[in-house]
Amino acid sequence: MNHQDIVTLDNVSLNYHSLEGETPAIQNISFTVSKGEFIGIVGPSGCGKTTILSLIAGLMKPTSGRVLIEGKEVEGPSSKVGYMLQQDHLFEWRTIQQNVLLGLEIQGKISKESKQRAIELLETYGLGDFRNHYPQQLSGGMRQRVALIRTLAINPEVLLLDEPFSALDYQTRLALSDEVTNIIRKEKKTALLVTHDISEAISMSDRLLVLSKRPGTIKSEYVIKLTGQNRSPVELRKAPEFREYFNKIWKELDVHVS
Amino acid sequence: MSVNNKTNSVSPEHLAYLKKIKQKRTAIRITQVAVLILVLALWELAANMKWIDAFITSQPTRILNTLGKLAQTGELFKHVSVTLYETVIGFTLGTILGTIIAVILWWSDFIAKVADPYLVVLNSLPKVALGPIIIVWMGAGTVAIVTMALLVSVIVTVIAVLNGFLNVSPDKIKLLKTFGAAKKQILTKVVLPASIPTIISALKINVGMSWVGVIVGEFLVSKAGLGYLAVYGGQVFQLDLVMTSVVILLVAAALMYQGVAWLEKKYMKWRR
Repeated sequence: MNHQDIVTLDNVSLNYHSLEGETPAIQNISFTVSKGEFIGIVGPSGCGKTTILSLIAGLMKPTSGRVLIEGKEVEGPSSKVGYMLQQDHLFEWRTIQQNVLLGLEIQGKISKESKQRAIELLETYGLGDFRNHYPQQLSGGMRQRVALIRTLAINPEVLLLDEPFSALDYQTRLALSDEVTNIIRKEKKTALLVTHDISEAISMSDRLLVLSKRPGTIKSEYVIKLTGQNRSPVELRKAPEFREYFNKIWKELDVHVS
Repeated sequence: MSVNNKTNSVSPEHLAYLKKIKQKRTAIRITQVAVLILVLALWELAANMKWIDAFITSQPTRILNTLGKLAQTGELFKHVSVTLYETVIGFTLGTILGTIIAVILWWSDFIAKVADPYLVVLNSLPKVALGPIIIVWMGAGTVAIVTMALLVSVIVTVIAVLNGFLNVSPDKIKLLKTFGAAKKQILTKVVLPASIPTIISALKINVGMSWVGVIVGEFLVSKAGLGYLAVYGGQVFQLDLVMTSVVILLVAAALMYQGVAWLEKKYMKWRR
């Protein structure tokens, strides 16, 4: 095993149980993520994308197979992994700063240094003036940025992004995907992004996994190489290769939707 | 920017709009007061003109007189403080105990499911019917009255608060779990704070419930308090006394409700 591999899924399957019976959510999924890589995961709804993130986050255990982070099997949630959900879920009764410190508080890691670091993150990403505001006073885009900083505050190695922009309007979504990519690259984090939005996945990822419909298996894998002046996702959408990737992936998903 | 827009350039239409809203508000307030004065005046007039028998119906001036007399002898203060004391204790205990039980039921899904049918039955039982049992068990005194108030409010609190707990967004809980939160942290960091609005609205219901419990308790056993005053008045056929204690009760209950509303405002400053 290459020690640059930070996340490894080795032949992972997971079944959900309910009174109606057993449903296989994902089947024989294997892939590795190298340090600093940005992986996109797309697939039809219900194909187990979120399940994969939950497994990496340690919220569930696989029915079979192994999930490894830095070569060690995942036993439960750890501070190596940060999870960002669809909605920002900022706590209305906490100020922005208190919200950002939530993860550190839970992990018992509040110290002068960690607090300072969180405040610096807020300041670096343009939220310093809103430290003492309440979430309701912020716009949707700003709130989601706070949610990202809340995730970054615990200093995770791997960021799991579960359709983090889907609750936002289109313009905010574009602007924020730019910003989030920027922040993640700047902080040198590894990221896995789950999304419905093919364009978003292509423009943000280094590598893209396409899942089949339930039970989810890896249908294909694309290494995304887009030519552009900078690496901003909005700019990269104009790259000549973008259409090509889009059409290929679109077709692949379509086969399984219909 | 937007703040400047609001303060600097107030258009005549906007002024007119604000004025209209203000006028409507004033009109509502004036009508409210007018209705009260009208009812009181009519009552007084009807009694004076002998349209109704003031011996049975009492009348505003007689109530005022009684109130004055009670205040002079110091009895007013005594009765009010006894009832208020019992209500506040019953109300506080009911809320605290109810919340604690709700926490236990939230913590253990098994206990919650076992308790569910019992809660439903206890909730529909008129707790007042337990009065005689409580008197036998607790003795005829303050303890019995407070227990009555507690019983009346506790089940409602359990149900309301538990519902609040269960309505906390599962994703908020998932978020905490991704940070590795233990169950106790989930309770203190998200479930309790997110439920404060529910708990406060339970408090509002409980104010009324506790008054019911205390007054019924006083009807049954006491030697002091507003409930006692009303019952005593009825027994000696002094309707002035009965009406006076009802009036005092009205004022006291309204004040206590306002107190909870104030608490709500204070704790929900983030709700803007």
